[in-house]
Amino acid sequence: MSSFTDTFNTYNWDDTLQSIFSKTESDVLRALGNSKRDLEDFRALISPAAKPYLEDMAQLSRALTKKRFGNTIQMYSPMYLSNECQNICTYCGFSMTNKIPRRTLTDTEILKEVAYIKSKGYDHILLVTGEANKTVGVEYIKNALQLIRSHFSNITIEVQPLDQKDYEELIDNGLFAVLVYQETYHRDEYKKHHPKGKKSNFNYRLETPDRLGKAGIHKIGLGALFGLEDWRADSFFTALHLKYLQKTYWKTKYSISFPRLRPHSGGLDPKVEMTDPDLVQLICAFRLLDEDVELSMSTRESEVFRNNIVNLGVTSISAESKTNPGGYAVAPESLEQFEISDERSTEAVASMLKSKGLEVVWKDWANNWE
Amino acid sequence: MNDKLQIADKTFSSRLFTGTGKFSSSTLMKSALLASESELITVALKRVDVQDKDDDILSHLNHPRINLLPNTSGVRNAKEAVFAAQLSREALETNWIKLEIHPDPKYLLPDPIETLKAAEALVKLGFVVMPYIHADPVLCKRLEEVGTQCVMPLGAPIGSNKGLKTQDFLEIIIDQSNVPVIVDAGIGSPSHAAYAMELGADAVLVNTAIAVSQNPTAMAIAFKLAVEAGRMAHQATLAPIVHKKAEASSPLTSFLN
Repeated sequence: MSSFTDTFNTYNWDDTLQSIFSKTESDVLRALGNSKRDLEDFRALISPAAKPYLEDMAQLSRALTKKRFGNTIQMYSPMYLSNECQNICTYCGFSMTNKIPRRTLTDTEILKEVAYIKSKGYDHILLVTGEANKTVGVEYIKNALQLIRSHFSNITIEVQPLDQKDYEELIDNGLFAVLVYQETYHRDEYKKHHPKGKKSNFNYRLETPDRLGKAGIHKIGLGALFGLEDWRADSFFTALHLKYLQKTYWKTKYSISFPRLRPHSGGLDPKVEMTDPDLVQLICAFRLLDEDVELSMSTRESEVFRNNIVNLGVTSISAESKTNPGGYAVAPESLEQFEISDERSTEAVASMLKSKGLEVVWKDWANNWE
Repeated sequence: MNDKLQIADKTFSSRLFTGTGKFSSSTLMKSALLASESELITVALKRVDVQDKDDDILSHLNHPRINLLPNTSGVRNAKEAVFAAQLSREALETNWIKLEIHPDPKYLLPDPIETLKAAEALVKLGFVVMPYIHADPVLCKRLEEVGTQCVMPLGAPIGSNKGLKTQDFLEIIIDQSNVPVIVDAGIGSPSHAAYAMELGADAVLVNTAIAVSQNPTAMAIAFKLAVEAGRMAHQATLAPIVHKKAEASSPLTSFLN
């Protein structure tokens, strides 16, 4: 069976980076003027040559987002189920070698967290775990879906990559979407940051969206973790991945996230810095490349940044997030995966959105059709 | 520039496909089709006597450059289409088939449901299936999934010469497709054909506009040049249309300063 690896292998990291850096002002102007944009335009829009055109990109991005999504922002809440993990990831607070207390939520604890999240108004939820197949394997995730299915209209998971048949089983149990970030598309750097555990298998992770597409998932979320390698090249490969998937699995919808490395216990300093203007440029470039893709922004980013980015192309955000299992109601003091930046309450974020003329969307799916 | 079009096992230098209907004589038809340099020429099975080697139309198409593309025009459902295709394969020794199912004899509009059914069956029987369909992006993906080697969405009602009335849908189809997209039906002038190619169509099929012209041979050459020009323009990437700059609303990125 063909997969994204075949496409990916025809590209080279250094050439890609060089082609982005060699884009000129006229390439940027052409990309801005085109009514439909391709990956060449995307290279121009993320290049340094596009920096003087950031405001133009932002205006276009806002207009395109409004045309497609209207004046709305979807809200979701993450819920960490477990911090057990058998991987070593150099940048992650849950990395196997970090000496932290490990916890996996029981059924009762899950329902306690659910009650808190529901009380805030959320109806779309993102379940997060580390990778510990014995304690938090497919059966655990399936059980969690069964437990919470009646409480949420829309359930997404961000867990270890699974096989196609496992995804099919989870979809049957109410799963709507899966987020799986490649972290970095640089093969050698990937190996450095994931020296041990199942996650060290670059290709298995790279082909996860293919398995999801074949399993018939409703939505796939892509992204790279910015800070590990050059954000421009990693973003180009994310865009390439997106375009490949859209053409191959046309019944699935897609979202892009933009995580930047955040401080955490035993943390790693970013190798390549991505500034706030860089991140705005990238978000706008994705919107200009694709009018329909969902763009998501977590509480990793600051209050000021988030207040502004909701008008620039982003379509869904979280608020008041806890990145530790049981963080809402069961064990609020336990160690987080990473420190969030925007610590405002859900109510405060919702009222900020309203003050900007944006409708807060809590529910946008019905999970009782299938 | 190596810009050949590959469909199944065949490679085409010309992206202009043509048809054999409506010419005033077979001699004129032959002259026009040779002038067009078309390498894939469709012929309605109902119009020819496949058992007769001296059939008037078929005998005029006997040329090394020409590949015959039998079409099922006249069938009304999937069952008839599969039957016609099998007869055609046996008699004309080609497994290529242009699948046309139009139960309506007035507008000759294709039946999407029967076409999908027939396409699936014919692919399983080893045919290279080229389906004539509405410019329906979802149907195109469904046909691709059952294994058709291309899709042939219409630009406008067949024989209407109205051009790319379905442009918005054709653009979606071209954007999404993993198989060649051939705009079939409705192309009335060389500028329509060039425009389809500029939009990124892989080829066009033109019949009426050539056959019914005052001078079919000259018109065939005009179409050949238009298809080449449109393709070349698409490959060279068109310059963007310059829009009047919108009134700047309040700056969105000043928070970064």
